[in-house]
Amino acid sequence: MERAYNEAKDDQAFRRELETLNLTYAGRPTALYFAANLTRQCGGGKIYLKREDLAHTGAHKINNALGQALLAKHMGKQRIIAETGAGQHGVATATVCAMMGLQCIVYMGSEDIRRQSHNVFRMRLLGAEVRPVESGSRTLKDAINEAIRDWVTNVESTHYLLGSAVGPHPYPMMVRDFHSVIGGEARDQLLQVEGRLPDYVVACVGGGSNSIGTFYPFIQDEGVRLVGVEAGGEGLDRNKHAATLSAGRPGVLHGSMSYLLQDEHGQVMETHSITAGLDYPGVGPEHSHLKETGRAEYVAVGDREALEGFHLLSRTEGIIPALEPSHAVYHAVELAKGMAHDRIILVCLSGRGDKDIHVVAEAGGVDLSG
Amino acid sequence: MPFLTAGFPDVNTTLELVPALAQAGADCIELGVPFSDPLADGVTVQTSSFQALKNGVTLESCIKLVDQLRDKVPDTPLILMGYYNPIFSYGTARFGEEAQRAGVDGVIVPDLPPDESGPLREECKPRGIHVIPLLAPTSTDARIEKTCSTASGFIYCVSLTGVTGARDELPPGVFQFLERVRRHTDLPLALGFGISRREHVEAVGGHAQAVMVGSALVRVITDSPSEELIERAQKFVGELNGAIPSPKGGQE
Repeated sequence: MERAYNEAKDDQAFRRELETLNLTYAGRPTALYFAANLTRQCGGGKIYLKREDLAHTGAHKINNALGQALLAKHMGKQRIIAETGAGQHGVATATVCAMMGLQCIVYMGSEDIRRQSHNVFRMRLLGAEVRPVESGSRTLKDAINEAIRDWVTNVESTHYLLGSAVGPHPYPMMVRDFHSVIGGEARDQLLQVEGRLPDYVVACVGGGSNSIGTFYPFIQDEGVRLVGVEAGGEGLDRNKHAATLSAGRPGVLHGSMSYLLQDEHGQVMETHSITAGLDYPGVGPEHSHLKETGRAEYVAVGDREALEGFHLLSRTEGIIPALEPSHAVYHAVELAKGMAHDRIILVCLSGRGDKDIHVVAEAGGVDLSG
Repeated sequence: MPFLTAGFPDVNTTLELVPALAQAGADCIELGVPFSDPLADGVTVQTSSFQALKNGVTLESCIKLVDQLRDKVPDTPLILMGYYNPIFSYGTARFGEEAQRAGVDGVIVPDLPPDESGPLREECKPRGIHVIPLLAPTSTDARIEKTCSTASGFIYCVSLTGVTGARDELPPGVFQFLERVRRHTDLPLALGFGISRREHVEAVGGHAQAVMVGSALVRVITDSPSEELIERAQKFVGELNGAIPSPKGGQE
């Protein structure tokens, strides 16, 4: 796969094909929006939103799904498998497979299936088979385990379309590259409207795909501070969270060494977040690298604060964000409050919040069933 | 070479099972160290692994188990098989020291490719603990050659592309695969994954020097009432045994 990917990356025809699909199918480039109302409310730095929620299927996941599915076709693989947590990557994969005529099987923890029945139905509408995973904690990490088991069994016919910047090489690199279009576009767009680079780039981190894609094109820009926002869940002190970089230590899971939430015996711990999309005990190895070199910093934002970010953005800007980037929105707002008016914060709004409406309703004690 | 999950269904049963299986003619016994994410394992071993974790089994207690068993089975090599993170978390140096003291003969780590196993080999090899590498039918000749060049003990040949679990038949192409590996090493070849019956073992004879039987044995252990468990497991291994001549010249 590494060889096939390196060839494809340098192949003009492959790149053109992907660019065309990004333009005509995924709806790229996505908008960069100056959140004037939110900025005014904070009374500090300017907040810009990179609108990945406007991409086809409603989240950034389509960038990687298109890239890898195209690669799979070039490699002659007709059968695609994927894992999904919240269902966004599963939907993106099912979508791309429908369009490219590929067979699609999505592994999903049975606990996540229960939490995200809406997305399960979307995947089935798109012609994908959703296979429930009953082992372990029945969430994203177990879905990855099951997908890897399928992959090693059917490796000749099958491409594993891994949805985050995790797993064995070359996945973390490949997923980063396909998502770097986010940061690359945002950088150009901001230079065009502001004539300068941002002071901060903020993105949420679960496995770390949208954040690494947003950060990567800024890594050489030394003046730009990169901030990853992890899921603090119900609190780091209560051990109910998914803040891998904030509270974990190095370990090995799913074929790479990175920070990992594990117990004293090296067993992987169960995580908690209000949103399934951040509910993963590992994190992409490149984030661990950025943490250790100090190039990026990582903070944790809890369930309650993420909900606050969700409501705030919905009401001030008329944008209902997914709960994952709501973590980043909350942190960006806190940062902006203490900043001069000419400072700039770029936030990756990685997905839209339709899928989370019932979680938000439940958290607010609202019954949607009637 | 039987495989059993350490501490499944409980630690005391493992302490009884190992000598019983040695008596039934096992040339070497693999003890599975349970892990939360056993991604090379099928449902049978997964389930036993989760049960062992619930019983509080850790890497440390597995080493202790070998220490307790060492006197009871002085002539049977004992091998720990488990995923890398518990070893990495324990510390490879500490693992090497304590495993040596307990009398561990080898270690198999399915999610640690040879490219990454240097630090573990450095701690184990000088202490006489073999780090057993795995090869699969998808391994290229270059990969086989590279892996064999640093191997000791034996080579774990994975019979198929897939996870552990009893299968009805040997996969096609398995003998060609064993012959490809044989061209690069004089070490014993042990064939594992999917092997569950005496006829499999007989068919393999001559192409490999040992077979691993894991899931089929764990299934016997899972399905047996506790008062018959030892006897049934012993009978199962006894039936498989003898179909391949022992690489050490017999140990009846």
